[in-house]
Amino acid sequence: MTQKLVIIGAGMASGRVIETLVDADPAAFEITLFNAEPRGNYNRIMLSPVLSGEKQYAEIVTHDDAWYAANNVTCRFGEPVIGIDPDSKVVQGKNGPVAYDKLIVATGSAPFIIPVPGKDLPGVITYRDLDDTNAMIEASAKGGKAVVIGGGLLGLEAAAGLAERGMDVTVVHLMGHLMERQLDEAAGYLLRRDLEKRGITIRTQASTKAILGDGKAEAVLLEGDETLPADLVVMAVGIRPEVRLAQEAGLDVARGIAVTAQMQTSNPDIFAVGECIEFDGQLFGLVAPLYDQAKVLAHTLLESPDAFVVRDVATKLKVTGCDLFSAGDFAEGAEREDIVFRDPSRGVYKRLVIEGDKLVGAVMYGDTADGNWFFQLIKDETDIEDMRETLIFGPAFQGGSPSDPLSAVAALPPEAEICGCNGICKSTIVEAIQNGAEDLGAVKATTKASASCGTCTGLVEQLLQVTLGDDFQMPTAQPICGCCDLTHEDLRRLIKSQELKSQEAVWQELGWKSRNGCHVCRPAVNFYLLADWPLEYRDDPQSRFVNERKHANIQKDGTFSVVPRMWGGITNAAELRAIADAADKYNVPTVKVTGGQRIDLLGVKGEDLPYIWSDLNKAGLVSGHAYSKGLRTVKTCVGTDHCRFGTQDSTGLGIKLEQILWGSWTPHKVKLAVSGCPRNCAEATCKDVGIICVDSGFQVGVAGAAGMDVKETERLIDVPTEAEAIEWTVAFIQLYRENAKYLDRPYKWVAKVGLEWVKDVLSDAQERERLVAAFELSQSIYRKDPWAEHAATAKAFQPMADLTLEAAE
Amino acid sequence: MSWIDVGSIEEIPLRGARKVKTALGCVALFRTADAEVFAATDRCPHKGGPLSEGIVHGQSVTCPLHNWIFDLNTGQAQGETATIATFPVRVEAGRILIDGSQLTARSAA
Repeated sequence: MTQKLVIIGAGMASGRVIETLVDADPAAFEITLFNAEPRGNYNRIMLSPVLSGEKQYAEIVTHDDAWYAANNVTCRFGEPVIGIDPDSKVVQGKNGPVAYDKLIVATGSAPFIIPVPGKDLPGVITYRDLDDTNAMIEASAKGGKAVVIGGGLLGLEAAAGLAERGMDVTVVHLMGHLMERQLDEAAGYLLRRDLEKRGITIRTQASTKAILGDGKAEAVLLEGDETLPADLVVMAVGIRPEVRLAQEAGLDVARGIAVTAQMQTSNPDIFAVGECIEFDGQLFGLVAPLYDQAKVLAHTLLESPDAFVVRDVATKLKVTGCDLFSAGDFAEGAEREDIVFRDPSRGVYKRLVIEGDKLVGAVMYGDTADGNWFFQLIKDETDIEDMRETLIFGPAFQGGSPSDPLSAVAALPPEAEICGCNGICKSTIVEAIQNGAEDLGAVKATTKASASCGTCTGLVEQLLQVTLGDDFQMPTAQPICGCCDLTHEDLRRLIKSQELKSQEAVWQELGWKSRNGCHVCRPAVNFYLLADWPLEYRDDPQSRFVNERKHANIQKDGTFSVVPRMWGGITNAAELRAIADAADKYNVPTVKVTGGQRIDLLGVKGEDLPYIWSDLNKAGLVSGHAYSKGLRTVKTCVGTDHCRFGTQDSTGLGIKLEQILWGSWTPHKVKLAVSGCPRNCAEATCKDVGIICVDSGFQVGVAGAAGMDVKETERLIDVPTEAEAIEWTVAFIQLYRENAKYLDRPYKWVAKVGLEWVKDVLSDAQERERLVAAFELSQSIYRKDPWAEHAATAKAFQPMADLTLEAAE
Repeated sequence: MSWIDVGSIEEIPLRGARKVKTALGCVALFRTADAEVFAATDRCPHKGGPLSEGIVHGQSVTCPLHNWIFDLNTGQAQGETATIATFPVRVEAGRILIDGSQLTARSAA
């Protein structure tokens, strides 16, 4: 007997149910299909190609009018369903009721609208159906600026489509990298790079505060009060199951409509399928599980046993030219190991996640040809132990060649600058090698490359090897650590010449072998990036050793020491009183006068740090950076103020220098001193920079040491005025910041590059001016008190939770 | 297992750590990726360094005192015969859940 089957929603899931039913038994059901949209089933996945103009709507229609007619489906399109009455088994359409024997709820999902002011303005649209797509196409015809809120699959497809149609597009994404649910940071970085190449601006860690506009959307306001002008705002932050009808009909609804593995709801005659359901705590947004559900539901209705099983799904982004693949679970979990492959020259990144002897996840970017093979290994839970060594090379692994440590240098464009001192680019060097300069000395002699400071020597040697192959015997240079094949000098030069401005850029472009470096290379990379790109890159506390992250020195018992700054060693009664009060209040066990003319409070508990800082801040005291690879102290004598031998105001100069230099990050710690006469009471001749005042002016010495090594400073220059002494000091420190290896004190760096080279560079007035300006630019960001900033986030210094209380219950 | 909610994953900086006080001493929670968290004892077996203050890289942490490196999956120290205790932890809807049955060893029990 034919039963009456009513279906609410003509989407891809219910479409597949109808197909399966009419294929198996066309006479089993008399089907009525409601759809709120004034059209039948089309392939929603292909809306992105419609948006970008690669396809027309007609090409993505799955079921046309003729198909519905041929299969005796009564279509009630453009007619919303008002309610379901499960007791009398009737669906109430806007134009009249229909009785059912079996009912399928396939209401799909609704776009999630973030609840910000202005969300309802005209010009704010979502990206869900053909009407949204047409609205975007229409809006883009006028050109102008579009802001897409949401950097997930849908948002990026919308952004790429709008950019393709000529709009100036910015993507605003809340998380740290794009598509964070499908991609890891490295793949997210590559995706971002490719999207930026096609002119799309990407803003990560950006939170939308409001949409502004008078009568229509005109701008998006971000947290932090930046406004992005926008003629069109697309909200693509996510979807939620559309469950309103089901809820009103009294069905069990959690996040989605609760169903059994047979797709049955809490009412035995009502079924649900697609994005509106929740099964085993999960929601579904990709098409593969939807089709599985549709098949199961059709079988259930035809009374043949079947059950829905949740399977892993793979994701691909439908943006031409952005080749990415992600499958399985690559994020969470203990007992897991990574295999990472990067080929910077081709922009390829692959990461496999292995648990035990099985592959559980795969992320790929740039070359996804093997994606389905890996996906099959994940689905089949294949034992991969035997092919583990070569697994990452894919099914053709027998022919796979190992990754080339020289590929980063080989991938450099011909115009990439190798030798910064002499402005020599890669092509010049390669040409010289091809013309017979077959060793380092010959290259130096013919091109001048690496003939000055010598920090590019490693790169020149790699070019020799790339160009000459086995004819060149590479001297063994010490790489930074096991994560890469580069020396510190190579890394610094490549960060500059390749304009690498983020950690992810370094990991990818320079072929890092680990996911995000280690405790040896990451602090160095962090420093090089912030020193070379002060505006684009910000210091990453998670790449700093504990002292610099906590802004205090950790002691052997896990407590910390706190040292407020005393400019040039000068203090006063009010500051001393505040320090004494703090010592009392926080039970500081030891108070010590340091060698750098200030006071150390030793034995402060980590949890108390933000509070003691706040108290010291109130008295005008700021961090002394006694913990940092940065400016420590400027030691002074009393100079002409009090001393009968003083020749200049050494205290005043010391204070000025300290106020200019404080807060800056340097490769290692930097200590200065200024003595008022050659008797040198401030011991300036063993400092990184030491100035001795004389009657005729100032003797600036550099590269002294008084630690593991003891070394007298070498004279950089004698200058007549205080302003010049400051200029030369700042320029020297900036040159050190731009060129030295991380954790080399100035005396070690000067020993490598030679004092003559330093003098040559700094004696050029224009270069000195550039160095001072570059230092000032960096200081516009870093010359501030970290204590004041951290005191405001005191909670981060406390334990996250206290479970000892639970134990007591 | 008894899962205890100890806070939001957003409270731990990416590639950073926070600690939780327990009856067995402090336990460090390490956030190694956007949604990847490990739990291990906060004390280095070498000289007692607070591991939650170390640099987190890959699925490892380096002790801030003397650079011992621990694999957070197994607790094994690299190149040493020492290990640290690790604890079951999972992330659900942005919340960190830690297995309380191992951590709230009651004195009454």
